[in-house]
Amino acid sequence: MAACEVIKPGMLTTVQDAGRWGHQAHGVPVAGPMDPVSFRLANALVGNASTDAALEITLIGPELEFDDERFVAITGAAFDVRIDSWEVPMYACVPVPPGGRIRFGRRQRGARAYLAIEGGIGIAPTLGSQATHVISAMGGLQGRALKAGDRLPLGRKIAKRAPTKTLPVAPVVPLPSTHARLRVLPGPQLDLFASNALDVLQSGPYVIAHNSDRMGFRLEGPRLPHVGSADIISDATPLGVLQVPASGLPILLMADRQTTGGYPKIATLITADLAIAGQLAPGDAISFSVCTPREAMAALIAQERALRRAEGD
Amino acid sequence: MNPIFRIVPAGDSALVVEFEPRIDPVVNGRAIALAEVVADARMRGVRDVVPTYRSVAVYFDPLRTDYDSLIALLERGATDAPDPQSSTTAPIRIPVCYGGEFGPDLSDVAAFASMTPADVIELHSDTEYRVFMLGFVAGFAYMGIDDDRIAMPRHATPRVRVPIGTVGVAGVQTGVYPAETPGGWRLVGRTPLKPFDADRAQPCLMKAGDRIRFYPITRQEYDAWPPAR
Repeated sequence: MAACEVIKPGMLTTVQDAGRWGHQAHGVPVAGPMDPVSFRLANALVGNASTDAALEITLIGPELEFDDERFVAITGAAFDVRIDSWEVPMYACVPVPPGGRIRFGRRQRGARAYLAIEGGIGIAPTLGSQATHVISAMGGLQGRALKAGDRLPLGRKIAKRAPTKTLPVAPVVPLPSTHARLRVLPGPQLDLFASNALDVLQSGPYVIAHNSDRMGFRLEGPRLPHVGSADIISDATPLGVLQVPASGLPILLMADRQTTGGYPKIATLITADLAIAGQLAPGDAISFSVCTPREAMAALIAQERALRRAEGD
Repeated sequence: MNPIFRIVPAGDSALVVEFEPRIDPVVNGRAIALAEVVADARMRGVRDVVPTYRSVAVYFDPLRTDYDSLIALLERGATDAPDPQSSTTAPIRIPVCYGGEFGPDLSDVAAFASMTPADVIELHSDTEYRVFMLGFVAGFAYMGIDDDRIAMPRHATPRVRVPIGTVGVAGVQTGVYPAETPGGWRLVGRTPLKPFDADRAQPCLMKAGDRIRFYPITRQEYDAWPPAR
């Protein structure tokens, strides 16, 4: 089976697909890409299905050597990228020759890039998904991030459709600076907070603490006051929810979150802004603003239209 | 009596149906019954249905889901959910080797309960537990204890590493660790069964609503598991 060899792994490079949905009732976390928009676009650019597995690259990129000729596309965080000695554009479908090496260099902006490879990744799915959940050692390559010397099996090249775009497309969601604005909808447990809590949340900014990861962003900023206890009867923890333990400091739950938790949840990120959140790293700042369900849907529909245009549908 | 519930959105891609805020087999039974109704409806756009102690979260793709139909399904399901009948299936029996290196906290729990370790084993294995929900890690079942004599609080500092299959108690809960994780529960024994195995046809040994019964086995039986027939 054709593979690509990991020369340097980068900081945290994992196999991710659209996520292990459908098993949260059994406590199985979803995982999946932190920036779902960039992930989907990378797949489209090489002619893969939108849910095929790709590599998620974090802050420091890898160096990979390919056995056979493959089209690849890189989206998300802006990196200098070379294939052998040639500088190649992001957001484009580019060929890697047999034995060719792809090298990620300096990162200018954003936290996570996506490398989609024609044919996808050739790893048997676990519970219907190839997504890596490092904490529970599930999915991906032996349930862990790539390391030097790994041979990552690639999927079979199927000429289902020749990649049509050779010129770069524009990113669908512009990369945030180190201070992002994210929109939230109140709830599901706003009634467990003091009446001024949403004002406090919007007074920000909140800084992403250094012990933040794919599970969640621990935020430092104004403390959110509870009414009564900060413990609830454990319930489900949605993607993008802001849960608030007794400290009053919120945690934004991301792709690798646990399926359930026992802290009250004040507000939830709108789906259209997940892609922005996924491009943030420890040290970056967030200002939250409350929006309406109508605005959330309008933003999501606009994002979907832009994605489909970029995908060439 | 009609169940009391409310439907609250969690962002634009999830709805939560909350029943009464208490840990109660009847309330939990309603949540599990509603989750089954929603899962069986196989509505377009619905990605995941998660029953917990007293609520059900429904995750959906807002671009593919008929929101009004989903709300109607949830209202109907929550209103009509029959009061859960007591399960007609036999409880799941889980062998446990209590004490020794597998249950380093057994004597502490005994001291807490002013009992002998043998009494704790008898009490723990003589009780039928209900699985209220799964969460924390894949295959971890939250089971409620009715008898609070052995309800010792968690360790102030969790252990860094609790081996797979370890049986613990924490307050009025008992559970089996399905993966090697950090853990603060009081450890009383270990089962040779795997609570979670992604390669098994049924990955989880236990699911929400199941009844569980532990029974003591010896160290020899543990080491030789499964027993020859």
